[in-house]
Amino acid sequence: MPLLHDLAHCRAGDKGNVATLSVIPYDDERYPLLVREVTADRVREHLARFIAGEVIRYELPNLCALHFVCQHVVDGGVTTSLALDSHGKTLSSRLLSLPVPAPGPVSRNSAGLPGQEQGGPQAPAR
Amino acid sequence: MRIGSGAGFSGDRIEPAEDLLRRGALDDLVLECLAERTIALGQQRRLADPDTGYDRRLVARFSRLLPLARQGGVRIVTNMGAANPLAAGRVTRGLLGPSGTVAVVTGDDVLAGLDLDAPAVEDGLPLRAHGEVVSANAYLGADAIMPALRAGADVVLTGRVADPSLFLAPIAERLGWDLEDTAQAACGTLIGHLLECAGQLTGGYFADPGRHDVPGLAELGFPYAEVGPDGRASFHKLPGTGGELSRATVREQLLYEITDPAAYQTPDVVLDLREVTVDTRGPDVVQVAGAVGRTRPDQLKVSVGYRAGYRTEAGISYVGPNARRRAGLAADIVRTRLAGIRARLRVEVLGGGDEYRLRVAAASHDVALLEEVGFEVESLYTNGPAGGGGVRVHTGQVIGIVSTFVPRDRVHPAVTLMEADDAAAS
Repeated sequence: MPLLHDLAHCRAGDKGNVATLSVIPYDDERYPLLVREVTADRVREHLARFIAGEVIRYELPNLCALHFVCQHVVDGGVTTSLALDSHGKTLSSRLLSLPVPAPGPVSRNSAGLPGQEQGGPQAPAR
Repeated sequence: MRIGSGAGFSGDRIEPAEDLLRRGALDDLVLECLAERTIALGQQRRLADPDTGYDRRLVARFSRLLPLARQGGVRIVTNMGAANPLAAGRVTRGLLGPSGTVAVVTGDDVLAGLDLDAPAVEDGLPLRAHGEVVSANAYLGADAIMPALRAGADVVLTGRVADPSLFLAPIAERLGWDLEDTAQAACGTLIGHLLECAGQLTGGYFADPGRHDVPGLAELGFPYAEVGPDGRASFHKLPGTGGELSRATVREQLLYEITDPAAYQTPDVVLDLREVTVDTRGPDVVQVAGAVGRTRPDQLKVSVGYRAGYRTEAGISYVGPNARRRAGLAADIVRTRLAGIRARLRVEVLGGGDEYRLRVAAASHDVALLEEVGFEVESLYTNGPAGGGGVRVHTGQVIGIVSTFVPRDRVHPAVTLMEADDAAAS
């Protein structure tokens, strides 16, 4: 199965032991696929070794981006962590190894984006 | 107006800022150099020597940038004052040349009046329960910088200020904006948020060879923004510099470290990013609009540094056939020998292919205990598996950071003006 890495780029940020992960498709037309496949639950499961708390997903259709806010990073808290990557910056690349189903060909005249609530969080995955 | 970003952290490269000063036709250049811990470390240096505590690279950076800035008439705003903005101001005025004014913004240091029984945001425990508190700095906003700009400063030095505020203030001052106007404060904050990490906007954290190549990373250029009176901003980098400034890099930076896209809180505004639009306007030109703002928070965030003891990291490498199992054996040996040690301990094997490295990390308030950890790793040369090499041991002090909030009326920003040394002498 293809990986998220084939479709999207990702950046991790940290605030204490909270990690933020943006997931942005290289092609806007892949946004609906990401909305469907890259759920808070799947992210939580995929990063279970690294994230102990809840994961909230924000949908940003205006930007064609998903944004995940992850509570309680296991090795988190840059100042006192014993991990090599004490910031958790490499979580972004770990997330890109998430398998996603092969997308169909991009259709340039597709109607575009599904009507998701604007940036509202989904029910958090615990 | 045109505002550039010349540094995104204390250790950032200096060449891109020089280039921006030479060729960017900038009005202002901002240098963001102050990470959370840096100010606590600076505070400790200041305790040892009252003339220190500002950014360690201030002289190196300003020696190269100030002559260019003065020549081009570019104003500089920076938080390189760190834990001692006044000392930074005195050093800077000596570097200014024949004329010019340095303005120093103080008031972020709230350690003296800090309630140590107040709960930390992170865990609800009283601040004092975390360890000996060594620094407490409120995040000041653009309103603290504005008087320095209105006084005609050529260089503004601050301590702890919210990163986007370093940009919002000069933008608002040039365009005659009102900081109380949430729409204008939101526009300037959005621009500041995008610029504050310098090269992260221009592809300096984006290349993924073969998947997404970024041209000319070795000559990465830093970004600048052209801001119109209506708050519409376009982002650029100089022709001939490396990197990439695209919808992709801008959107990554837009969401960077945002914990709520509907409510990014700064001392100036609560910024809602959900309606932001990011559009390509040409090669390495991106236009951004749509920031929405709500009234700024009543309280200011305070970053509190405390002594969290010491941390040791030690490692040894194994390569070639069976390297993974030899590294694994080394890990078992170290775990056995350090069993019961009264320190937080992490033992792991990193690597892949035919090269593996044992990594041992430990934290404690007892530095002698941590020395033992280092010796146990080093001892693997003659008391462990075959073929280990490349032992490195490093021990350093750890400053922990927690945060709390204080009411605005408990924080009193002030501005001190200093004329260039040569001007004062004449």
